[in-house]
Amino acid sequence: MKPRSIAIVGAAETTELGKIPNASQIQLHADAALNAMADCGLGPKDIDGIACAAEWPTDLAHYLGITPTWVDGTMVGGCSFMIHLRHAAAAINEGLCTTVLITHGESGRSWIGSKAMGNNQASLGGQFEIPFGCLGPPTMFTIPVLRYMKDRGLTHEQLANVAVVQREWAGMNPRASFRDPITVQDVFDSKMIAYPFHILECCLVTDGGGALILTTAERAKDFPTKPVYVLGTGESVETPMISQMEDFTSSRAFKVSGAKAFNEAGICHGDVDHLMIYDAFAHLPIYGLEDLGFVKPGEAGDYIWERNTAPGGELPMNTNGGGLSYMHSGMYGMYALQESVRQMRGVAPAQIDGAKISVCHGVGGMFGASGTIVMTNEK
Amino acid sequence: MAVNPKTLPKPTPETQHFWDGAKAEQLLLQQCDACQHIYFPPRPFCPECASRKVSVIKASGKAVLYSYVINHRVPKWADGPYSIAVVQLEEGPRMMTNIVDVEQTPEALVLDMPVEVVFDAVSEDITLPKFRPAGGAS
Ligand SMILES: [Zn+2]
Repeated sequence: MKPRSIAIVGAAETTELGKIPNASQIQLHADAALNAMADCGLGPKDIDGIACAAEWPTDLAHYLGITPTWVDGTMVGGCSFMIHLRHAAAAINEGLCTTVLITHGESGRSWIGSKAMGNNQASLGGQFEIPFGCLGPPTMFTIPVLRYMKDRGLTHEQLANVAVVQREWAGMNPRASFRDPITVQDVFDSKMIAYPFHILECCLVTDGGGALILTTAERAKDFPTKPVYVLGTGESVETPMISQMEDFTSSRAFKVSGAKAFNEAGICHGDVDHLMIYDAFAHLPIYGLEDLGFVKPGEAGDYIWERNTAPGGELPMNTNGGGLSYMHSGMYGMYALQESVRQMRGVAPAQIDGAKISVCHGVGGMFGASGTIVMTNEK
Repeated sequence: MAVNPKTLPKPTPETQHFWDGAKAEQLLLQQCDACQHIYFPPRPFCPECASRKVSVIKASGKAVLYSYVINHRVPKWADGPYSIAVVQLEEGPRMMTNIVDVEQTPEALVLDMPVEVVFDAVSEDITLPKFRPAGGAS
């Protein structure tokens, strides 16, 4: 896409986050959408493009009273929203629509009106992975990590430290689920989930939602909100089977998506003021930092240990507290995007002074998919 | 470990040979006749060059422990923490499995240790290929 041709003009999360026992999943989408429309002064009749995951765009369009000329139901897991944003930018530039609403809502904790993701026993994963006692992401997404630790020299302390640093950021965020400081020892003392992962190295399970509204950069100046311009975008997929990823120490989807976004944006790593890397588990920021090229393979554990991504560091990362401490409804990518938008608007609880470029990198499935968005507040 | 009856594999026309092989205590892979690429999981064409001319080959059953976790959230049908592992077969492909006949601890499960296939008949139709330390139980 053409850098700075598209702007995010509306952005909001659900009114509540965490445990929301009084709303179904589609209502979480709608609550976030209504908040995003109110944010930028639009109504459903002003929206002519809609994208969402976990619910059908058909359901959302009907529920919200939208008549779209463009729809996208791409569903590749938690980075679907980065990919929706990318597709929406292309669609607006192509003239397929003018104003796109992207929604996420997930009753991940209360399970109200959610579709259970059943095991397809005939799929390749259902035949060749699940029968070995896999019990969801904590027992699968984590499998490559011992290989990474041996090949790259990552220590258990460095892995635990990812959660420790993110809790520092969460402590600055009134909306974060967990805010009390933790130590590496606290992580080690927490319940073992799937060795080498303790519960504090695994994401939360919450209810919530978020929504974004995009239009042309030209129109953006007519809105009450500070425009956040889309500078570069990337997407890719690799495999639905964690056992079949090409390289256990690196994600191919991360590399392809990240390189595409950086090239499109025409930026180098030193230009990045703020970074979000989707952290369903503590190893993801480590893979992300390396696969996006911020550090060399094997350096990310030290880089985080040396407080480069912590408050006051050169590359503030996961400044909302991340999926480990802020919230994680199941498909966290939308919340990472929301934090990048807040940072670019200058309204984040842990605001990075003078931040001009934010990179927001998502994962889908278990290293199965990826989407990367580069944003800026400079026209 | 026992097996959850709700998560047994359902073979498809493309994978039936693998499960028939496992039942007969053979670990079967596929090899491309055109480019010789050996691959897993099963499909009736080569993922490297797209040739439909592929053959089923019998693997040696020798592998090394490539990576794993030890699941500590033990479900009702299991009898304690158990490993969920990926092994690298001598022929090249990797596959998910459990490492059996050995203590399910980080001390006993050492990356790159040699392992060999054993067959676990979990139902009348399904036999799962599992791996144990090479040379038998330790
Ligand atoms: Zn071939």
